[in-house]
Amino acid sequence: MDWFDNWALTLAVFIPIVGMVIVLLIPKAEENLIKVVTLLATLLTGAVGIGILANFNLDDGHLQFVANERWIDVIHSRYHVGIDGISLPLVLLTMLVTVCCVVYSWNHFPEPHNPKAFLALVLLLETGMIGTFVAQDLILFFIFFEVVLLPMFFMIGVWGGPNREYASIKFFLFTLFGSALMLLSFLALFFLSKVHTFDMVTLTRLHGDGIVHGTQLLVFAGMFLGFAIKVPMFPFHTWLPDAHTEAPTVGSVLLAAIMLKLGTYGFIRIALPMLPGAAQSWAPWIGLLAVIGIIYGALCCLAQRDMKRLIAFSSVAHMGFVMLGIATLTTFGINAAVFGMVAHGLITGMLFFIAGSVQERYGTREMSRLGGLLTQAPHLGWLLGFSAMASLGLPGLAGFWGEFPAILSAYNPSLPFGLFNWLDGTLTTFRIYMVIAAIGTVLAAGYLLWMFQRVAMGKVKPEFEHAHIHDVHVSEWIAWTPLILLIVALGVYPELIFKMTDLPVTQLVHGLTRAL
Amino acid sequence: MNPHVDFHAIAPELVLTGTILIVLVADLIWPERSRFTSSRIASIGVLAALIPVITLAADGTTRSLFHGAFVVDNYALAFEGFFLVVTYIVLLMSSDYISEGDYYQGEFYFLMLTSVLGMMAMASARDLISIFVALETITIPTFVLAGWRKHDSKSNEAAIKYFIIGVLSSAIMLYGMSIVFGETGGSTLLSDISGHIVLHGTSTLLAVAIFLTIAGFAFKISAVPFHFWTPDTYEGAPTPVTAFLSVASKAGGFVALLTIINFGFLPSQDSWEPVLWVLAAASIIFGNLVALRQTNIVRMLAYSSIAQGGFILVPLAVAGDGGARVSSLEAVLIYLFIYAAMNLGAFAVVIAVARRTGSAEIDTYAGLGQTSPGLAVTLTIFLFSLAGIPPFAGWFAKFVMFRAVLDANSPSAIVLGVIAALGSVVAFFYYAGVARVMWFHDPAPEATTASRPIPAALTVAIGLCAAVTIVVGIYPQIFAKIGELAF
Repeated sequence: MDWFDNWALTLAVFIPIVGMVIVLLIPKAEENLIKVVTLLATLLTGAVGIGILANFNLDDGHLQFVANERWIDVIHSRYHVGIDGISLPLVLLTMLVTVCCVVYSWNHFPEPHNPKAFLALVLLLETGMIGTFVAQDLILFFIFFEVVLLPMFFMIGVWGGPNREYASIKFFLFTLFGSALMLLSFLALFFLSKVHTFDMVTLTRLHGDGIVHGTQLLVFAGMFLGFAIKVPMFPFHTWLPDAHTEAPTVGSVLLAAIMLKLGTYGFIRIALPMLPGAAQSWAPWIGLLAVIGIIYGALCCLAQRDMKRLIAFSSVAHMGFVMLGIATLTTFGINAAVFGMVAHGLITGMLFFIAGSVQERYGTREMSRLGGLLTQAPHLGWLLGFSAMASLGLPGLAGFWGEFPAILSAYNPSLPFGLFNWLDGTLTTFRIYMVIAAIGTVLAAGYLLWMFQRVAMGKVKPEFEHAHIHDVHVSEWIAWTPLILLIVALGVYPELIFKMTDLPVTQLVHGLTRAL
Repeated sequence: MNPHVDFHAIAPELVLTGTILIVLVADLIWPERSRFTSSRIASIGVLAALIPVITLAADGTTRSLFHGAFVVDNYALAFEGFFLVVTYIVLLMSSDYISEGDYYQGEFYFLMLTSVLGMMAMASARDLISIFVALETITIPTFVLAGWRKHDSKSNEAAIKYFIIGVLSSAIMLYGMSIVFGETGGSTLLSDISGHIVLHGTSTLLAVAIFLTIAGFAFKISAVPFHFWTPDTYEGAPTPVTAFLSVASKAGGFVALLTIINFGFLPSQDSWEPVLWVLAAASIIFGNLVALRQTNIVRMLAYSSIAQGGFILVPLAVAGDGGARVSSLEAVLIYLFIYAAMNLGAFAVVIAVARRTGSAEIDTYAGLGQTSPGLAVTLTIFLFSLAGIPPFAGWFAKFVMFRAVLDANSPSAIVLGVIAALGSVVAFFYYAGVARVMWFHDPAPEATTASRPIPAALTVAIGLCAAVTIVVGIYPQIFAKIGELAF
């Protein structure tokens, strides 16, 4: 299977874009053909993903399915893609969620309809997202990281809610600002490192060797802004509630389930291993922003009246746990972070799907106007309950394995100066973070159950008493079943993910500690 | 004594000169009967002039003529090829516009090609006099072109403003050059000037002279604060002429600046770096901020081209620092090439839309995504490319600019880099603003769809620019290689 080894990732990245070109060539009126072609393209991409999974060697912590070709010689940048246990779950998640989104939107195209443009954008997004997770060259990474912006901008701006223009431009400007500084940091890394290269594998091996600590701190700060805005971390999160609330359902799902992970993935893949010294110094501050995000996100959730906006703020809180895990710089914490990324993708994706379906049926997401979903559409109501439980971290469902170990890892973070380091306060700081994060889980239970109670329980409000509310459609069942099954499966048997991530994460952390 | 002339070396210029004469005569022979004659002859001539450029490039030897005042090397050939291709695209954009306007076609092509002849000469010019002559050959025909719509008062205003400021800037530049000539041992050759500076350093008077010379160029490339003519001229001139001014003629100014710095003033970096730094920073800040407020797309593109000019100046402003010379000069070349493709494309779409709606107000672009999706998609590509969003070519232009900044690695360079980074975020706002109107707003009810077909030549021009913008964005090695060979 040499051929597959060399080409699998390239296929996975570019099949969607080929699908997009075909979709663009089909006349607008042939809506069914367009849908079928899109579905085939995403399924084919998924098939490549399954092929990669089947041939993936779990006992090898190095990159697999590597392709390394000449690209832009003049700036020493190459087309270098590869996949390891950290990228694999995220790539598979992307493929799965995209298929679900295509199926979900089959009969649900938001106004102004136009499936051709909508599905073309979804396919372009898929290329950008998969590409980001497999790129092993900083410039290639940057390109894919930016490619996702355009389709999301148009998705929010054309198919979004009433405030869509403001939300779309805000989303774009925030991300653009971050990525401009991130690019500057990449360039600085290129010029400062011992080997002038953009190759991520080489730069990871160098661990920022030979770069003065002060400079490392600055370069790291540039990357931090780029990634933290994408995650988003606490003071940079303000684009997210607007973007999520205004985006069409599928847009919110893709944004929450995958695009946010581009930021956290960037931390794990680029910022930490390439500049471990700076990461060590910044870690307490990152941890601080993470726990502020957890609490702040939770408190904002409690103040929301709009269901979708509540879920959006819950993303801020959940990504706070992921970032706390990353900030500990330990095997335990980063494993938890990757798990948390996948779990959050599945669960929040599910929540946004349901919020979209609720809005479609009732024409509103105001929680004060909703109620009694369980009596009018029991299946939908119970699915909302299920997802809320998963989201609040109920043991036995996927959410638990992202949150709990992340909190636990803060008990024993990686510390700067060996054994007697509790003097410098890092240890104490992280233990305080741990307590705060734990309080955050209580708040999470509070706002999620509160949402469930207001939307699903109680009596149907008079204005909707005689409305005909259809329960879950077939297309919705098809789109949601894989997500539901995975939430349960990962909750019961988290090894499914940890088996993939553990080895590369161990190597990564080992490299970090050796470099310090 | 007759100097030996290498006719192969000046073949591109000769072919172009021949074309210019034929266009003039052809206009006399076939008056009004076949409307496209002049345009066809001009296009064929431009493409024919590309042939010797290619053979010279294949040959690869550096040829020096007229005692070193005229040099044909990779640097010159890269820009000659560039000017010819840009002119070809502008010709595609203008043929229908001009022929439908009931104006004097023959003269239009005559003037445009004469200006291009100046650009070709500029690429090879290596002494002060030939640079000055080339620059005037570029500029003087464009004064007339700007006033082409002679019954339109805006067009007249455009021409007069452009003329007065252009002449003033030439005078300042010539004055500066004369002092440079006197201060550097009485030679006009750039290599002699450079040698003199290395030996004797930079006197105060020479620094002032260099400042004056650069100020003259700053008018041509419309860098802030020498930009006043730009928005009015761009708005008033016929749109194809505006495209020509904002790309070809501007590039001519940049090539002049690049030549005179690279081959002449380079050793005296303390005298020109601060000037360029201020010009770059001011252009980026001012151009972007004023562009935000524009309601007319041509004016917006005028201010955006001022800002883009600032971005192109950034690498030049740090070219003297450390080992940044080569990466800076490469960055200028690559940026110019990419800028040409995306800006010409944007103007081509503006011309096409104006044929349908008769307006360049941004409001009239509402709903273009529904009424003419093809135009809307391509304009979106060009605008996002101008904003520097991957995967369109603009990202690579910005990238090489930042690379030069970090290669120079001096505090002033870094500050300029940060200004450029913030400027490009601001720029995104107005580029995306047009995209927003096109895609997010509904078309005005009276908007008629496809009232007038888009001529084939214009479609080809848009297609070519879009293809370059996308292909170079994905595989920038094509332009990067040219940049590497030229320096």
